[in-house]
Amino acid sequence: MVAIGQGSKQSIHDSLSNMGSNMITVSPASNLNGGVKISGSSFQTLTSKDIVALKREAQYITDISPSVSAKGQAINGAQNWPTTMSGVDPAYLDIRKLSLKDGIAFTEQDVLTSAKVCLIGQTVIDNLFPNQNPVGKVIRFGNIPFQIIGVLNPKGQNAFGQDQDDILIAPYTTVQKRILATIYYQNIYASASNEQVTDAAVTEMTNILRESHRLRSDEDNDFQVRTQEELINTLSSTSSLLTVLLTVIAGISLVIGGIGIMNIMYVSVTERTREIGLRMSIGARGKDILMQFLAEAVLISITGGIIGVLLGILSCRIVTLTLGWPTIISESSVVLSFIVCALTGIFFGYYPAQKASRLDPIEALRYE
Amino acid sequence: MSGRILEIKDLKREFTMGVETVRALKGISFTVEAGEFVTIMGSSGSGKTTLLNILGCLDKPSIGDYLLDGVDVKKLSRDELAQLRNHKIGFVFQAYNLLPRTTALENVELPLLYNKDISSELRRERAIKALEAVKLADRHDHTPSQLSGGQQQRVAIARALVNEPVMILADEATGNLDSRTSYEIMALMQELNQTQGKTIVFVTHEPDIASFSSRTIMLRDGIIQKDTKNESPRSAREVLDNLPKRITFPTGF
Repeated sequence: MVAIGQGSKQSIHDSLSNMGSNMITVSPASNLNGGVKISGSSFQTLTSKDIVALKREAQYITDISPSVSAKGQAINGAQNWPTTMSGVDPAYLDIRKLSLKDGIAFTEQDVLTSAKVCLIGQTVIDNLFPNQNPVGKVIRFGNIPFQIIGVLNPKGQNAFGQDQDDILIAPYTTVQKRILATIYYQNIYASASNEQVTDAAVTEMTNILRESHRLRSDEDNDFQVRTQEELINTLSSTSSLLTVLLTVIAGISLVIGGIGIMNIMYVSVTERTREIGLRMSIGARGKDILMQFLAEAVLISITGGIIGVLLGILSCRIVTLTLGWPTIISESSVVLSFIVCALTGIFFGYYPAQKASRLDPIEALRYE
Repeated sequence: MSGRILEIKDLKREFTMGVETVRALKGISFTVEAGEFVTIMGSSGSGKTTLLNILGCLDKPSIGDYLLDGVDVKKLSRDELAQLRNHKIGFVFQAYNLLPRTTALENVELPLLYNKDISSELRRERAIKALEAVKLADRHDHTPSQLSGGQQQRVAIARALVNEPVMILADEATGNLDSRTSYEIMALMQELNQTQGKTIVFVTHEPDIASFSSRTIMLRDGIIQKDTKNESPRSAREVLDNLPKRITFPTGF
């Protein structure tokens, strides 16, 4: 049950992660210039130097990609469509959890050579290539021809109604040199190795960037680092809800099992009254009898635990095979279940064991 | 082992049942010296069982003193009594009270399990020796259900011997056995008493069995009616030899 729970937790986790909950965005900061706040995007503070520093020093980050974008008209013969071209690193696909429906992604080699290749989003396809396969075709973006090498899987709109499929993706060097003629980046995207370290990653990135920008300690950041906080919150509340639910179910079954053990121990104490009397008459103290019956209760519950773990593993296999639900059997849950079994045995075995230890040896010996 | 094993002075035991007080023992005094073989006799209701419980340190007297091997039982707590039973008394019961599904050797080892001073090797060694003393050296691994009644009782006697008690306390030890096996058990008791000098207190209601002991205490209505020394106890071995031989069928019958 815990395995199924952890499995579903993992699958919910994965699907939320697909939205890029561990994504971190760096953008130039808005700044005060003579009393007027100016939007950060007008500032040119993020450069290749920052990327090199982050790649070299950051430990909590797995992928990193710069981003520049240009608006323009995409043209295929008689068809044309206004769209945005994002210039990014190949790692961007992983960070944003983008995948290809068809074709291939561009490579580091394409980045180095500023290759005129691009990936195409579904909305652009619909407008430029109705009922055609765009892979291998050449379009123009502004005046520059680009060869389409891959098709992105549709992602739909984001939370703000923005169409995420209305996009062309090209190597950032291409967009920087051939379209925008700039050496600055508009954004840096990175992904933390998991949601838990996102905050640590933000702190780390801030420090690295401050150093790279040579900011004195009294100066404000000339950039800002943002996370997908909303997504992270959803994620953690979902998993804590699941955890509570599973704990309640496990708790109920433990109480039922415990009462079962208590019953068995009562029967055992009654059945073995003569044995208890004998043990007492040959020198067992109440304490010895108590320990004996507690040990038996724990043995029963741990045996039950072993059977339970085996059955659990088996049913996990069956559930995965027949229903296709993901299941995860973690070592910690197995160890924990044994500890809980032993504690259940002690807790519910104590009362019958105490009853046994307080028997009067004379009566116990004569018990029929 | 010499000296006074049991010393009982003006011992009384009363039970309160609701508003009524039942006086089971009404003032009993006697002593038992080391090496004696005493039988305690009496009809039911004579206080025999109550006396046995007190002698076995399972119960305490209401009034009067009971010294077991010089220890005043009255002053001891429940746990101390258990320890005293473990060190000084070997019980033999009418119904053997062996643990089922447990081998003879393990049954004999049982009292030593509750004695923390004895290592598991020593425990095993002494259990083997005790089984040899009751002539069951070849039955170590038999469980009670694989043994005859007499053999089971001998295992129980071995269990009573294993902790080297100052006194063996037998409660109708032959009550569940046929007369031949009873005599075998009595022969074993006599042997333990005479060759090893074990002090034995044997509770019974059969005069026949009492005739094998060196002294008989007769209880009646909670007091001692008679306390007689038996100068020439019968030898159970001789009685056994004089019994007609067991009928043996020829093979193939």
